[in-house]
Amino acid sequence: MKELIQKNKLSVAILTLPLWILLYVSLEPLTHAIVYSLLSLPQNEHLTNAIYFFIFEVPKVLLLLTLIVFAVGIIRTYFSPEKTRSALEGKPLFVGNIMASLLGIVTPFCSCSAIPLFLGFVEAGIPLGVTFSFLIAAPMINEVAAVLLFGLFGWQTALLYVSTGLVIAISAGWVIGKLKMERYVEDWVYKIKADHIAVEEEESSFNTRIDRGIDAIKDVVGKVWIYIMLGIAVGAGVHGYVPENFMAGIMGKDVWWSVPLSVLIGVPMYSNAAGIIPIVQALLGKGASLGTALAFMMSVIGLSLPEMIILKKVLKIQLIAAFAGIVATGIIIVGYIFNFVY
Amino acid sequence: MNIKVLGPGCMNCKTLERRTIEALAALNITATIDKVVEYSEISSYGIMRTPGLVIDGKVVVQGHVPSVENIKGIIQSSIQPTA
Repeated sequence: MKELIQKNKLSVAILTLPLWILLYVSLEPLTHAIVYSLLSLPQNEHLTNAIYFFIFEVPKVLLLLTLIVFAVGIIRTYFSPEKTRSALEGKPLFVGNIMASLLGIVTPFCSCSAIPLFLGFVEAGIPLGVTFSFLIAAPMINEVAAVLLFGLFGWQTALLYVSTGLVIAISAGWVIGKLKMERYVEDWVYKIKADHIAVEEEESSFNTRIDRGIDAIKDVVGKVWIYIMLGIAVGAGVHGYVPENFMAGIMGKDVWWSVPLSVLIGVPMYSNAAGIIPIVQALLGKGASLGTALAFMMSVIGLSLPEMIILKKVLKIQLIAAFAGIVATGIIIVGYIFNFVY
Repeated sequence: MNIKVLGPGCMNCKTLERRTIEALAALNITATIDKVVEYSEISSYGIMRTPGLVIDGKVVVQGHVPSVENIKGIIQSSIQPTA
């Protein structure tokens, strides 16, 4: 039996899908039954609403997350920093910014690899601005966030998030390139000579790809589930107890400073994409406008203090400040545009 | 045999080092293990993802943490290169 599964992982994976769908659609009726029949909680009470929110959202978000992380884990096996680097070599500036941003979304990237990756790109002669487009897109446009937005708010919001993220990554990278800030990269970076050619990728049978998908689930969901539960608990509290339109005063569109303020608050905060979305959902439910909420989310996940501390090893402070400033400005502009349009 | 574990000290590099030590013990092979944490040295190996594993100067793993079993296999094939 185990042999059978080993050889036909794809089929097993496909067969699990109907089970997932079944679970997903039963969530609402199940939650209703638990909250109102099993626990007999009184309707329309703050606590009931908060509990309902929590019981419904936690399994729903975890299910969505598992599916997407698996799918993206598999997609990622088709990409590697080496392939991305070869694809970007020699490309003219603006095209390079666009490609780098798109590739940033799908190339496997963890923040501790930010430096080796940066060094590898510089060494291959990829322009600084193009490298930055990649570095901006990779953490800010997160597939986990996109799917959660899709699951909680619909495809338009998810698309909005991805496209504005891309626009910011492309333009910020381009601007940084135009500023000719190469002299703010630490000198030793340009002196590196790689002595060895790194080993190329492992065999890419589809079974291996599925293994990677499962690794990704264990890795991401394993690390993130607790933040999701915390985020949803906070969201549940806001949902149940904070009066409607409470947020409209601080984060609504009529308050002109809500966008820059949210971004300022978001920059030093660091959360993985999964944990912040339930909070965003709760804020939106209480009158925060879409632009402000999105700006807040993007500044939390796109600009992180830990990442900048890591980058300090290869970049001088002026370049880090420019990077943070330009990206923050981009996010603020996007926030205003959406408040205006919606 | 000289083994280097490349990585700045995050969870993954520590796990890689631990599993490598286990694999060596299981195979009864002695080797010196160096931890390379300086980025300037890490990137001289040409890798773009940490953690990395280098056996006798050759990069054999980059970007993920194989199981102890896999590492054993890797160590063994570096002793007897496959024909």
